[in-house]
Amino acid sequence: MKLHKASLFGLYAVLELASDPERQLSTIDIADKYGISTHHLAKVLRTLVRSGLVQAVRGVGGGYRFVGTPNRTTLLDVIELFEVLESELDAPIPSGQAGEAIIAELQSITQEIDELTKAVLDTTTLETALNSSRLRVKP
Amino acid sequence: MFATGLSWYQITNIVNSSALAKHQLDMDMTDQVSIRNATLADFNAVLGLDTVGVPEEKPAYWNEIFNRYVTIGRDDGFFLVAEINNEVIGFIIAEVRAWEFGSSPCGWVFALSVSPTAREIGVGQLMLKEICLRLKKIGVTTVRTMVDRDNKLTLSFFRSQGLRTGRYIELEKSIDDI
Repeated sequence: MKLHKASLFGLYAVLELASDPERQLSTIDIADKYGISTHHLAKVLRTLVRSGLVQAVRGVGGGYRFVGTPNRTTLLDVIELFEVLESELDAPIPSGQAGEAIIAELQSITQEIDELTKAVLDTTTLETALNSSRLRVKP
Repeated sequence: MFATGLSWYQITNIVNSSALAKHQLDMDMTDQVSIRNATLADFNAVLGLDTVGVPEEKPAYWNEIFNRYVTIGRDDGFFLVAEINNEVIGFIIAEVRAWEFGSSPCGWVFALSVSPTAREIGVGQLMLKEICLRLKKIGVTTVRTMVDRDNKLTLSFFRSQGLRTGRYIELEKSIDDI
């Protein structure tokens, strides 16, 4: 699967901020850590603020902090702020009926894959993802 | 209902859902949870907990389960219950299955339930940890389970405990029209 850049940046930002909800980080802090565009991340953060997951803290030393619920927010919740997860079967509309069955079958297969993808993303909370990522950090 | 006479919901309201206070309360409640082998006296409690997840009583099924794992008992299967103040608030069952579909022996967790009044205090985690320890003692190195993809609560729980989609893919078809 290929996520839109905005979804991926959104996941980076949310997970980074949720890893320590007391901490405030600037757009530059997050962009530097993940090697991503500050400009693009700034737009993503505005969407996250509107969603209520992240709060913008103004003033000197301001930045962003996580204000959501890590064990209630899933990866899919974040992704769906930026895109609808659907496989698009880029098939021409058949002019004759003969092609319809094949296209319908291919669509049902992509739907099967999508449902599995969604089931994984919709049952992985931010807390679970953060706990698993901490286990990857070598002591 | 716990010894205080208050439900979990009422207790959390009293502390005004303060995250810190709730966390402390969760920890206190978790300390009171004990895990033990199921006995025949747990039959009705288990049946009650089972209907919370699947609103369909299955007395014949549970008679068979209690007979197999409690009355007869098995060296390669475990039926545990969790309790607080002598009240059963959850159960878990697992057994070793070997060479099904070519798989080397592994522990199958095929039943798990926690009372809605005792959720989010780590009951499921404690039960799963205990049953994994017992399975490990008899040589099992992998545990496996199966959950309906729409059952977000249970799927999220198992994922939070480190379980991931396994190597085996479940396949099925309706045979109504054969």
